[in-house]
Amino acid sequence: MLNNMITSLDPQSRAAARGWSDITIRNVFVIPTVLFLIVFNVFPLIYSLGFSFTDFRASTKDPANFVGLKNYMDLLSDPFIWRNFTITAHYVIVSVAGQVVVGFGLALLLNRSFPLKGLVTTLLLLPMMLSMAVVGLFWKLLYDPNFGIINFALGLGKFEWLANPDFALYAVALTDIWMWSPFVMLLSLAGLSAVPKHLYEAASIDRASRLYTFFRITLPLVAPILLIAIIFRTMEAFKTFDLAFVMSGQPTTEVVSIRLYKMAFQEWQTGKSCALAYIVLIMVLCITNVYVKYLNKAKER
Amino acid sequence: MRTATKGMLAGLGLMLASSTSVLAQELTIFWAEWDPANYLQELVNQYEAETGVKVTVETTPWSDFQTKAFTEFNAQGSAYDLIVGDSQWLGAASEAGHYVDLTDFVKENGVLDKMAPATVKFYSEYPGNSGKYWSIPAEGDAVGWSYRKDWFEDPTEMANFKAKYGYDLAPPATWQQLMDIAEFFYRPDATPPKYGVAIYTDNSYDAMAMGFENALFSYGGELGDMATYKVEGIINSPKAVAALDAYKKLYSFTPPGWAKTFFVEDNQAITENLAAMSMNYFAFFPALINEASNPNAKVTGFFANPAGPDGDQYAALGGQGISVVSYSQNKEEAMKFLKWFIQDDVQQKWADLGGYTCSAKVLESEAFRKATPYNEAFYQTMFKVKDFWAVPEYAELLTQLNQRIYPAVVGGEGTSQETLDALAADWKATFAKYGRGG
Repeated sequence: MLNNMITSLDPQSRAAARGWSDITIRNVFVIPTVLFLIVFNVFPLIYSLGFSFTDFRASTKDPANFVGLKNYMDLLSDPFIWRNFTITAHYVIVSVAGQVVVGFGLALLLNRSFPLKGLVTTLLLLPMMLSMAVVGLFWKLLYDPNFGIINFALGLGKFEWLANPDFALYAVALTDIWMWSPFVMLLSLAGLSAVPKHLYEAASIDRASRLYTFFRITLPLVAPILLIAIIFRTMEAFKTFDLAFVMSGQPTTEVVSIRLYKMAFQEWQTGKSCALAYIVLIMVLCITNVYVKYLNKAKER
Repeated sequence: MRTATKGMLAGLGLMLASSTSVLAQELTIFWAEWDPANYLQELVNQYEAETGVKVTVETTPWSDFQTKAFTEFNAQGSAYDLIVGDSQWLGAASEAGHYVDLTDFVKENGVLDKMAPATVKFYSEYPGNSGKYWSIPAEGDAVGWSYRKDWFEDPTEMANFKAKYGYDLAPPATWQQLMDIAEFFYRPDATPPKYGVAIYTDNSYDAMAMGFENALFSYGGELGDMATYKVEGIINSPKAVAALDAYKKLYSFTPPGWAKTFFVEDNQAITENLAAMSMNYFAFFPALINEASNPNAKVTGFFANPAGPDGDQYAALGGQGISVVSYSQNKEEAMKFLKWFIQDDVQQKWADLGGYTCSAKVLESEAFRKATPYNEAFYQTMFKVKDFWAVPEYAELLTQLNQRIYPAVVGGEGTSQETLDALAADWKATFAKYGRGG
């Protein structure tokens, strides 16, 4: 009887009869969310874009003078900034490649039945649940040449990981790989479990080799989800700050985020640092677009 | 009902009045987290006992001291009434109006006569020689050296050293001797290994600048002309190049892993039997005479930064002045505190607690000079100190110095002449950008 009554009402009245109306939902959830996004995301984005064309310094009371594209030109012609970008690119490639190899490898190992599988999977996920700063400090101790367990385990004596300009970046990347491989593993596991079993059965009947099965069935079908993991990890690695800041401080580990931080909050070159932030944003967008293009192609296949 | 309303309003008024008076009797001083800040808290407890005004010394780690202070300044926050800010902040903080102009206070209260001249010049005055003052010298500090007396006084070491270098092994009087001794004790293959010297190499703030300045100033070099902002031909002069060569050579005698070190590591070099000599700010030396923090306390000696090849002898200035923050709600109370702080007996108490007073009277007293094994070296140093640029863009200048000097010292990149030529070009461009100089 009640159902009949509700269905005979217009949509607004129907929603009202069930509980909150669309208008109430809009007022309570949608409008505050939009306002929140405008105030905390859109406004600062536009405001900082404006600053990027000025010589504004937050540490002074001088007005912001319009300097056009000078900040962008200065940054793009600064060899030190290009060195920061080169370091960042190096870090992204090593770190993301390592995470994909380790994460996907772990997923392949876990994609089968064995005792305590749930516990092992949970334990493997633990690193990514820790704070970046804590992980950085923890690994700094592990790398310590005097009492760190890594040198002891590998028999490396007093080998310097973080103080050595040639190895510091790899040492930080290794920590990032340890921390975020579980993320790639988790997504890969989801992808692997979605591969239809009958494809493997068919391959088995056809006596296809393991390698053939992997490259012709597993990898193509997991590729879209793996690409999503790579997109996320690339964006994160490009923005890396905490790990490199906490663990090292070598010029060879000064990724672009650290340079940005120093420019903005130690040198108070506010306008110029806004311009650098936009350059980073544009670069991340470009890289992500390339990935998305490949992702779409992978999906089409 | 009317009576109840009146009573409530009266209560509210009383509450507001009393809360205002309570607020006026509290002062907050902001400083970095280190022993002198603890000594200052002990000192200001006496101020509270005398006046009833509660003073809290709020601290933050050195690594974010500058960022936190300037973030608060830029927000025009009133969280801090006074700040014990670094000397190179003077330009940035005064030009932006973050500090109260203390020129009248300094002149009326005879601060110029009370404090050692170098401390007033570098901790208080900006621009240089302008007669405008923005702080009161609070913690005098400069870079000095500690050394292992037991290593130096070992008869075998003394004989071997004399045989090799032709003069007695003793605390170095010149930079050449400093390098000889560092080379002599550099024994990475010994069991346990020994190293010659510990120096500053950290490239994140002013460590590298402070370390290099010790060589630069004593070799007769300068950062530039502080009045005209001319740097070309000065920071890359032959004397400056020789100083950088000397600093690079010293780095080759440091312990392994000495590629990013500052005050903590340089004290560890002595406490952990790593190096024969170690550079550090005097403010960190109390830990070296404390047996709880230094097992070698009894055999640790100290000396002032040695003279260069032409007899010049200077040291890089550390330390801070205390300034009144413009946005403080308690400026008058803060001024009263400063008036109390500069009194001779308070400065004596400050020194007794372990603070490095800048009071000329206290510094010159025999009692002070003999109070610790390093006070004599500190006294000698504080009359021959020089500082980094105090212009508002000092942080950019520091970054440029780090970007040029660090790879040269730690990575051995380029010649000293190339390094300093590049630094001169960087600084010239920066000063031009801010309209300084011709």
